[in-house]
Amino acid sequence: MYTSVTNRRSFIKKMAMMSAMTAAATMFPGIMFAAEQEKGLPKGGNLDWKKGPCRFCGVGCGILVGIENGKAVAVKGDPNSSVNKGLLCVKGYHQTMCIQSKDRLEYALVKKNGKYVKTPLSDALDLVASKMKETIEKHGKDAVAMYTSGQSTIPEGYVASKFMKGAIGTNNLDCNARLCMASAVTGFLTTFGADEPMGCYEDFNHADYYITWGNNMAEMHPVLFSRMLEQKNNRGAKIIDFATRTTRSSMAANKSILFEPQTDLAVGNAICYEIINNGWVNKSFVEKYCNFSKGLTKMGYGTEDNYKFKDKPEKINFEEYKAFLDDYTPEKVAKYSKVSVKNIKYLASIYGDPNKKIMSLWCMGVNQHTRGTWMNNIIYNIHLLTGKISQPGNSPFSLTGQPSACGTAREVGTFTHKLPHGVVMNKKDREMAARIWKVPVEKIPAKPTYHTTEMFRAVDRGDIKFLWAQVVNPLVSLPRTSRYRPGMEKDSCFVVVSDVFPTPTTDVADVILPASWHIEKSGLYGNSERRTQHWDKMVEGPGETTPDAWMTIEVAKRMGYGDLFQYSEENHVEEIYNEYRQFHEGKKHNMAPLEVLKAQSGAIWPYVDGKSTQWRFNAKYDPACSNGEDFHFYGKKDGKAVIWQRPYEPAAESPDKEYPFWLNTGRVIEHWHTGSMTRRIPVLHKAMPHSYVEFHPDDAKVLGLRNGENVKVSSRRGSCILPASINERGLPTKGQVFVPFFDENMLINDTTLDAFCPISKEPDYKKCAVKVEKA
Amino acid sequence: MPIKSYLAHPHDGKKEELIKAISSIEQCEVMPAQNENLLVVVTDTLDELADKKLAEEIEAIDSLKLLALVSGFNTPINK
Repeated sequence: MYTSVTNRRSFIKKMAMMSAMTAAATMFPGIMFAAEQEKGLPKGGNLDWKKGPCRFCGVGCGILVGIENGKAVAVKGDPNSSVNKGLLCVKGYHQTMCIQSKDRLEYALVKKNGKYVKTPLSDALDLVASKMKETIEKHGKDAVAMYTSGQSTIPEGYVASKFMKGAIGTNNLDCNARLCMASAVTGFLTTFGADEPMGCYEDFNHADYYITWGNNMAEMHPVLFSRMLEQKNNRGAKIIDFATRTTRSSMAANKSILFEPQTDLAVGNAICYEIINNGWVNKSFVEKYCNFSKGLTKMGYGTEDNYKFKDKPEKINFEEYKAFLDDYTPEKVAKYSKVSVKNIKYLASIYGDPNKKIMSLWCMGVNQHTRGTWMNNIIYNIHLLTGKISQPGNSPFSLTGQPSACGTAREVGTFTHKLPHGVVMNKKDREMAARIWKVPVEKIPAKPTYHTTEMFRAVDRGDIKFLWAQVVNPLVSLPRTSRYRPGMEKDSCFVVVSDVFPTPTTDVADVILPASWHIEKSGLYGNSERRTQHWDKMVEGPGETTPDAWMTIEVAKRMGYGDLFQYSEENHVEEIYNEYRQFHEGKKHNMAPLEVLKAQSGAIWPYVDGKSTQWRFNAKYDPACSNGEDFHFYGKKDGKAVIWQRPYEPAAESPDKEYPFWLNTGRVIEHWHTGSMTRRIPVLHKAMPHSYVEFHPDDAKVLGLRNGENVKVSSRRGSCILPASINERGLPTKGQVFVPFFDENMLINDTTLDAFCPISKEPDYKKCAVKVEKA
Repeated sequence: MPIKSYLAHPHDGKKEELIKAISSIEQCEVMPAQNENLLVVVTDTLDELADKKLAEEIEAIDSLKLLALVSGFNTPINK
């Protein structure tokens, strides 16, 4: 990969300034520089500050980008954004520096005789359209697929959905949010019948305790973590870190509790056991607003092709649920979770204290789990049993990984089963889509097809013969890339990849389309707290770079669907958003008008009567509540949330004699996902130039390993060589190794397992068995 | 040609004084935090010797409690 060292002295000075600001932010959570930065600019300078959301994570920090002579020369936190109040993390401050990378994809490239040939974009789009059309004619519409992203903008996701489901008539559309948020979605739908958190970031200002479930927020959501630290310092709020690895979050927490991988299910149930058996249940809340249900168990793990599962929910009563929990006494659970009885009781007592307000926070540890839906359900069970939900500071809060996993993947619905409103299986939802899209309802198939893992299995099997990947780098991010890379390399599938930079995925493409970066186009993102944010195009992109939405529209037109895509190139973002808003009209999900989003730093949906709704399902705050009671879980027909009976079941693959270590994978603060952007930002690349494998010092001692020594990590699926890291940034428990996945030169996903949650179909990147040896 | 960044901690009540003192040095850029008792300082000097002398000059300012180096870069002066 190309790494540039900038040759502009002034730029180096900015980097130095940014480094110091970042260091200051770690020492003083909530520290702000933005206003001073602006004041300090030279008078007479021609810097124009444009607002938008950050390009990276799901926190959705507001940024201001300083534009001078048509170039982005500075980034600062937006002091008017209630999300970050002027603060940014190290990635946020440096984000625009990647645009200048010398290996930027500026023109379309078409593979001819094994070599990429620079091609006019219009010709490349002709080729994409003709190949797609030809594939449909020869093999049927389900032979073509699109794979998009939680980093796609709302208009990009919307036109992709309309193109595939409304124009072509296939549900072969899925996105990488399947890899990070699908279990959160199925958790919300099974418990509440409505997706996305009921609370908002304002909860941080009210909670007495923050309990993080398998979530290293100090590195993954640093700005929100700094808000927690600020409350810890100012009000004495407490942070409890419940995880399988000691991290920067654990070190800053009041208490760190470690558990054996997969046993979070059991510990969650043990907390519920304690709540019930100590009389801490909020009886009136549970009686008025909750039902109890159980589903199928021993569902399998989806490791085989064409795996199918459909849950069969069955209503139970409180006494049956209570009896089920008898298997989860703290004493029984302590034996296999490695969490002490005392600590289980401690956690339960926090949730059970009626005078304490609690936020539970989680992200990939809970979601990337073969029982991810169940884990989400169990955390909601705890909050529902105690009635600590939908009130300021009492908030089960599922954090999002990507900047628009909520806004695009979940709200627009770029999953195989989704539509912009509802699901393809629902006739009324299909009728609504057909009406707004102006297509016959029969055009939209009623059956979902491939979720992400199965989509790439279908490519490998030769069932999918045309794949268009947008804003995504699956050959670094998929689990078990050792199978899916050779699958994508096969001649049986014509591969189109739209991206900003070359990646291992563009390496296997037949056509590479040059995409505009974030600020080179207008767009909208939706963050973790249901906040929709808009930004205007700030700078021109180089060469023939083009917004992804417009490239989709151009291909649709070339395939004869022009009448469905009558948007103007200049205003397509606005036109698409206004069309999309129709899907969510009403008090339950109304989206703010574009002029509101242009004037302020985002708005939280449901946006009703000119106001954001901060807490859903609570009649005091949510105008959609209509049952005359204090709470109304209106996602369910009877207005009640569901407490689910969900057991502990083991992981899909556990350490054994041959493969004796757990492998856990994840991210680091310096890099965004597969590193295609952040590894092109010199200050970030220099700070974290390559991946590594973390060991517990006792394991390293047994293996005779020294820091930095190369180690081969092997599973039943593949291997990867990385330098050892012993007691440095993170500290895994004994018998576990941890590897960040950002480094395309050290592809740890060659070793991971493509097992997934049978309900959400989200893979588990946190647990498989590996062996390690000196390389 | 060193470029360095520092966190400068002023003595209590001396933040404005420290801003003024460091801002008056030609090779220094100062960015004070809005809501904390802290300054970010970036220095730009011709060579290692000048860099060392400058650090000494800053450290001699009365209103400064602590100067902590964050990052250092060496880059050609004309680029």
